[in-house]
Amino acid sequence: MIRLLLRDIVLAVRAGGGFGLGLAFFLIVTVLVPFGVGPEADLLSRIAPGILWVGALLSCLLSLDRIFQLDFEDGTLDLLATAPIPMEGVVAVKALAHWLTTGLPLVLAAPVFGVLLNLPGPGYVWLVASLALGTPALSMIGAFGAALTVGLKRGGLLLSLLVLPLYVPTLIYGTEVARRGAEGLDLGAPIALLAGITLAALALLPFAAAAAIRVNLR
Amino acid sequence: MTSLLEVQDLTVQRGGVAVLAGVSLSLAEGEALILRGPNGSGKTTLLRTIAGLQPSSAGRISVVPEAIAYAAHADGVKSVLTVVENLRFWSGIYGAGGVEEALETFELEGLADRPAGALSAGQKRRLGLSRLLVTGRSIWVLDEPTVSLDRAAVAMFAGAVRAHLAAGGAALIATHIDLGLEARTFDVAPYKARAGSGEGEFDEAFL
Repeated sequence: MIRLLLRDIVLAVRAGGGFGLGLAFFLIVTVLVPFGVGPEADLLSRIAPGILWVGALLSCLLSLDRIFQLDFEDGTLDLLATAPIPMEGVVAVKALAHWLTTGLPLVLAAPVFGVLLNLPGPGYVWLVASLALGTPALSMIGAFGAALTVGLKRGGLLLSLLVLPLYVPTLIYGTEVARRGAEGLDLGAPIALLAGITLAALALLPFAAAAAIRVNLR
Repeated sequence: MTSLLEVQDLTVQRGGVAVLAGVSLSLAEGEALILRGPNGSGKTTLLRTIAGLQPSSAGRISVVPEAIAYAAHADGVKSVLTVVENLRFWSGIYGAGGVEEALETFELEGLADRPAGALSAGQKRRLGLSRLLVTGRSIWVLDEPTVSLDRAAVAMFAGAVRAHLAAGGAALIATHIDLGLEARTFDVAPYKARAGSGEGEFDEAFL
């Protein structure tokens, strides 16, 4: 399992597969928004949590199709399916590797990008906290979508269409945590729901994704 | 000699269509079985079913658990990893050692630190086959293992299979060429499923 995790991280770093790509995309989105809405500091600081969350979500989406597609194409997935590790474990480890190479850098870089959008002072902690809690769900749900579309040629677009609606609850509660944090309001409920979604995704989706892969390998 | 693999009355399907029906075969320790049959006759489907990648629609497969190492047309080689990193990954997954021996058997020592993407097709195939040696599994299920290998490499591969058999393993190999192994052959053509696609012709779409 650890081997698979290390291999996936090495592959992501060496092949330029999304490691810097997602982060650069996130940067571009956050830089473009002030150009689009104009240089009004008030407005920007109000929409900053939402923009940062949508940006994180989209950059997460960029590298999703690589989770299983490359392994499917070169036959590695067949070999992993006959290897002595359970497919559920493979899915969980690959989602973890995706999070470590995509989600975690986003979490760490988010405060810097918050400056670009004039995020209010108290918002930084809660922005990072909400992303740290929510992005694992993005990777796991994405891995499930990738498992569903693994056999398809040009499955990337279908994958986005499948996965984006599933991201809605995470997005709603994630931005709610970041917004309430920035405004200094009580945020117990949204943070509990955000954590709940993430934990449910981590607990259930590896099984669903593994079943989808087994069907797609037939 | 104990039997490692026993297949009884197996019906395999591809894309919902039965390809082969009533296949029975067995494989004992130290034995190799060569599968033969024209393109599209269902050799790959049979091997994938035995390897557990596809469900069978009828029949029984009894096999010692965790015994099968499967190798197909695609080698599962990562082109940005070096040869030795590829092998170490698989040996870590299977928890068996033998990376050095595997490199030696397929004469890959000189290429060990080369990225697999820079290998020729034949060298990549040798790397894919050397993976079998680090699995530590007793039944090799191989789908056309000699594709893109030159004559010397085929001999190398045949030597590896012989050593594996001598060590008490078994091999089920679909191939079109003569490997020079003392092995039974098993022709799949008589088992072609009656119902379904085609009238006497094998359907290329169901490879």
